[in-house]
Amino acid sequence: MAEVKTAPAIQEKEPLFGKKEKKLITDPLTDNNPITIQVLGICSALAVTSLVLPSLVISVAVVFVCAFSSLFTSLLRTKIPKSIRMIVQLVIIATLVTIVEMVLKYFSYPVYRQLTIYIGLIITNCIVMGRLEAFAMANKPWRSFLDGIGNGLGYGFILVAIAIIRELFGKGSLFAGSIAEIKIIGASPDYLINTMADGSWFGWYSNNNLMVLPVAAMFIIGIFIWIQRSLNPDLVDIS
Amino acid sequence: MESTNYVVGFTLAMTVIVALTLSSLFYGTKDQVAQNADVFNKRAILSAISDKLDKPVSDFSDQDVLSLFEEKVEQKVLDMSGDAVDGIMAEKVDMAKESKKAVEDRQLPLFIYNAGGEKIYIVSVRGSGLWDAIWGNVALQSDFTTVVGASFDHAGETPGLGAEIKDNPAFAKQFGGKKIYKDGEYVSVGVIKGGAKDIAYEVDGLSGATVTADGVDEMLFRGIKYYEPYFGKAKG
Repeated sequence: MAEVKTAPAIQEKEPLFGKKEKKLITDPLTDNNPITIQVLGICSALAVTSLVLPSLVISVAVVFVCAFSSLFTSLLRTKIPKSIRMIVQLVIIATLVTIVEMVLKYFSYPVYRQLTIYIGLIITNCIVMGRLEAFAMANKPWRSFLDGIGNGLGYGFILVAIAIIRELFGKGSLFAGSIAEIKIIGASPDYLINTMADGSWFGWYSNNNLMVLPVAAMFIIGIFIWIQRSLNPDLVDIS
Repeated sequence: MESTNYVVGFTLAMTVIVALTLSSLFYGTKDQVAQNADVFNKRAILSAISDKLDKPVSDFSDQDVLSLFEEKVEQKVLDMSGDAVDGIMAEKVDMAKESKKAVEDRQLPLFIYNAGGEKIYIVSVRGSGLWDAIWGNVALQSDFTTVVGASFDHAGETPGLGAEIKDNPAFAKQFGGKKIYKDGEYVSVGVIKGGAKDIAYEVDGLSGATVTADGVDEMLFRGIKYYEPYFGKAKG
């Protein structure tokens, strides 16, 4: 793309990776998490998190889209006409998402086929556009880029955490659908803990189908929010 | 506020840059993507006969898949009265387009796998899941009654629920050995919520994905039946 050639504003006086910059990455992971504090991107957090693998791919894609849409928006922030700024932001996001889709089709067609609709849905992920409006339109490119990475990671980290819980208790496995699949608990000798084996301590166990349903993600996010706010009472009533 | 000319100019420039970027990327990746899709579909067809192959389909490289298809798979296209249509390969039949045509005008792809003297007939079926289309391949022995295996895919079922028809190998595995005729009457293979009762003709549904499983049931019943005229002719 033509815009890529404009180097990020290194000539600024601020350090490339000072305290403020570090905070841009770490804040969204904890005290300003897009999902648990800003409560953005909930829709996709409910939909894709039944398995770890799709959650991981979506997270990587969101980090990419979030970071680069912030970068481009910030580079163009003085040029973008105010009256159509949201349309411009959407075009930038949609372009990047389409690129993600093409890259997946090219390098990993089976993964693309597994995610099909969810890739397109990144366009509607509130986190991406939310960060463009709230941050990239008012900040310099390098810091916007970091903010994009930070928020993408904060979103992805919660997504994968939910997916690990849901897949483990819902299906008894981790990373199902990839070559790295680990079968942990289930009713067959393929699993590390075989609930059907003679004298197994886990004869009572069966997978919890509720975990596979989107509603389980709702409960898990709720519990995350509860834990986080109990540990840090300052966060109560922030959002 | 910017002038109208600036806004229009900005929009035009942005559109041109985006269009050029995306279209050049599309053209650059087109051939590889087409091949990926081709291999993906052929792999799906082969997984319907995975019991007859010497290693799991996932262990075949892309090249292996293509050459195995070249060497051992005969392709036929049938019309609805079971006669072969010349001049077209079964892999070129687009089931999505066929399913929009009137039933009597459709073309049916048929893949015949030659496994050392034995012939396995793989038929393609298509139907609707919960959100979008679902489709599959069913491999039959040359008695046109016993199922060798099946594979399924979908356009947009929910991962972990409906998408299990493709992602959970245990679902497709159930189809091996089932019969589609009961005392000479066509029954297809039933996908039964709450578990198969007549295990010679039925398989277990998917918990949490009743609509998708019902879709598979309906798709198999209707889809395999389309091939009945051919079965009759091939048996002679």
